[in-house]
Amino acid sequence: MVAETGHFALILALLVALVQATVPLIGAQRRDAALMAVAGPAAIVQFLLAAAAFFALMYCYVTSDFSVLNVAQNSYSNKPLFYKITGVWGDHEGSMLLWELILTGYAAAVALFGGKLPQGLRTRALAVQSMVSFSFLLFILLTSNPFLRLVPAPLNGQGLNPLLEDPGLAFHPPILYLGYVGFSMAFSFAIAALIEGKVDAAWAHWIRPWSLAAWCFLTLGITGGSWWAYYTLGWGGWWYWDPTENASFMPWLAGTALLHAATVVEKRGTMKAWTVLLAIITFSLSLLGTFLVRSGVLTSVHSFATDPQRGVYILTLLGVVIGGSLALFGLRAPSLKSGALFAPVSREGGLLFGNVFLSAALGTVLLGTLYPLFADALNLGKVSVGPPFFNATFVPIMIPVCIAMPVGALLAWKRGNLQLALKRLLPAFLVAAALAVCVALLMAGQGRFITAAAAVALAAWILVGMLTGLAQQIHFREVPFKTSLQRLLKLPRTFHGMTVAHIGMACVILGITGSTLGRVQNIQIMHIGDTVHISGFDVTLKKVRDDIKGPGYTFSRGTFDVSSHGKPVTVMYPEKKHFTVPPEDTTHAAIRTTLLGDLYVVLAGHDAKGGYITRIYYDPFVVWIFLGGGLFAAGGLLSITDRRHRVGAPQRNNEAAPERKTS
Amino acid sequence: MSLLTRKHKRRGAFLAVILIALAAATFLMLRAFNENLLFYFLPTQVKEGQAPKNHDFRMGGLVLKGSIKKDGLTVHFEVTDLHNSIPVVYKGILPDLFHENRGVIVEGRMTGPDLFTADQVLAKHDAKYQPPEMTPAMKKYMQTH
Repeated sequence: MVAETGHFALILALLVALVQATVPLIGAQRRDAALMAVAGPAAIVQFLLAAAAFFALMYCYVTSDFSVLNVAQNSYSNKPLFYKITGVWGDHEGSMLLWELILTGYAAAVALFGGKLPQGLRTRALAVQSMVSFSFLLFILLTSNPFLRLVPAPLNGQGLNPLLEDPGLAFHPPILYLGYVGFSMAFSFAIAALIEGKVDAAWAHWIRPWSLAAWCFLTLGITGGSWWAYYTLGWGGWWYWDPTENASFMPWLAGTALLHAATVVEKRGTMKAWTVLLAIITFSLSLLGTFLVRSGVLTSVHSFATDPQRGVYILTLLGVVIGGSLALFGLRAPSLKSGALFAPVSREGGLLFGNVFLSAALGTVLLGTLYPLFADALNLGKVSVGPPFFNATFVPIMIPVCIAMPVGALLAWKRGNLQLALKRLLPAFLVAAALAVCVALLMAGQGRFITAAAAVALAAWILVGMLTGLAQQIHFREVPFKTSLQRLLKLPRTFHGMTVAHIGMACVILGITGSTLGRVQNIQIMHIGDTVHISGFDVTLKKVRDDIKGPGYTFSRGTFDVSSHGKPVTVMYPEKKHFTVPPEDTTHAAIRTTLLGDLYVVLAGHDAKGGYITRIYYDPFVVWIFLGGGLFAAGGLLSITDRRHRVGAPQRNNEAAPERKTS
Repeated sequence: MSLLTRKHKRRGAFLAVILIALAAATFLMLRAFNENLLFYFLPTQVKEGQAPKNHDFRMGGLVLKGSIKKDGLTVHFEVTDLHNSIPVVYKGILPDLFHENRGVIVEGRMTGPDLFTADQVLAKHDAKYQPPEMTPAMKKYMQTH
């Protein structure tokens, strides 16, 4: 019964979506307040219906109702309750339902908390959001219905891929989707603004909290996924340029550009058309990501569902969304004239510079990700584009962005003084140069030590440069320390957010450099008592216990003593689990994390002669990648909580007439 | 200088920046493309000599049942597309998802008339994975084995 209730709720949601997508829009065009008022309640009802469907599916999972096909295929009665719940979004149908839940959730949030928005914009945005929601509900009902019954019901389910049975991964999809789907709100606001034909500073201000929220979640999702890959897959890799990773990374890049461009619209009233275009592109890339992951057109280490019918549906949807919104954009963009003068040497000039390079970087990722598709379609053979391609294109394009970052932050709006900014950045330059020389001398002779020195210098340049900007804002050492401190506390949170997020970039660069250029790894066969020397550590295999019983699996656990220069450091216990349903092995590395570097020990299995195959890494500074990702999100969060977003939000000059001529 | 021409000059400067960025991106991309495209072949195509002789490529198929032989860190196995199979040698640790009768992609090159040396072995998350070309034959095979 519960499954049917869920199914019914989905169908009802589809009908509500249809109403919400049309009636308020007609109302907004006719300025009929009664019709427009439908949008808010409809959005809330739609969200409640989606939630009802979602929890109905969760109920089927928790009670192990194997008469539901989806549950039978992806769950197992012995599974711990926690994984029964998270298993809901462990497969295609459930994760699409989660997608829909979040999509309607954002709309409901706008309906509930968007009271300050002008009615026309809010109504139209909710209608556009509902069009997207309608398409997804139709997609779920037609191709991915999670509530289909299975007759006869099997006695037990087929289990979830045990790789996905991990607390980190359990929360990965919801957070990632909150980001992915969150950009739908920016998209809906952009389309609504295009329909209204009005993009101004107030509009940019309104989309900011929504885009920031989505961006924070996406950042956390990508960082979390990267961390999951790092500790779970047993390879110590944190980024593979895998299509699925790129699928979430491309909206992130576009979203990052969008946040920066929206600042320019807000402060200077220029770059309007570009910002609207970015909002469209960002969400289109989210859809493209869904298509890439869900259709299985790209061979990926990740994709756990392949079905051409679904692929065709999403591809059609993608075509309609991109085609439709770009057509609307083409129609309306000429009217988005920017009034203000635009000086190249200014904050907005710096932001534009960053935007151009971010877009170019995005272009290379897009090309590398889609090329195998084109090549296959054009019969050029089956190809894959590997990490070396992305490293050779993406990284060099990002370098100018990083160099320009502190400079742009020090330039004033409207008209900046480049000479003055560079003079202020002299200390940052000196610190960077000194560090580069140190690193070069320390690592001299080792391969790629010049690259390492340059990268460390770049990280230092950003860090000290951003701190210089902060010092300038609080008149550090120009006024008494106490006054500086007061100024520091009074600075807008957006400024702190900007500083923190950019320092996060310095951390990420440090981590990537340490891990890619400084990693030491040993793969060997060890017998009990053997010692491996690595980066100043002595790692000794003490014992291995096999066939320990766990819930739903058995596992082997190795005990490794780690000492450094004769002093014991720690004991590490890597594990290898053997699942029975479905029959899979998973590797659980033991990792000792410090800010200087990670020691990573993997027990990979037996060899025929009683030895153990082990893999031992030392990964310098790798944790800084994840810390940097955390700082990105923290910066975004600081920015959202800026008081300007809560009280005294800017009002349009002509608030009395929120409706503009629409044609 | 009038305001208009200054404005135009600025616009020219922006265009220049954008063009330079585009040119740099295109250049890097084309260079990286030539070096880093990995072509994908099935064992039958490799047997027919379609694979590059002195360039890395990827080969996909199923791990032939009963073909896995481990000797310390060195592993021998065969990749099959059910018509032909090619012996593969790999030194290192196999991914957890590497199993008999499962989809696998190996990256490396031919080092003998009938030997593929792999630098990398990729196994799929998805037990249902298979190279698209062989789906009908695969289905039959999976039903009988």
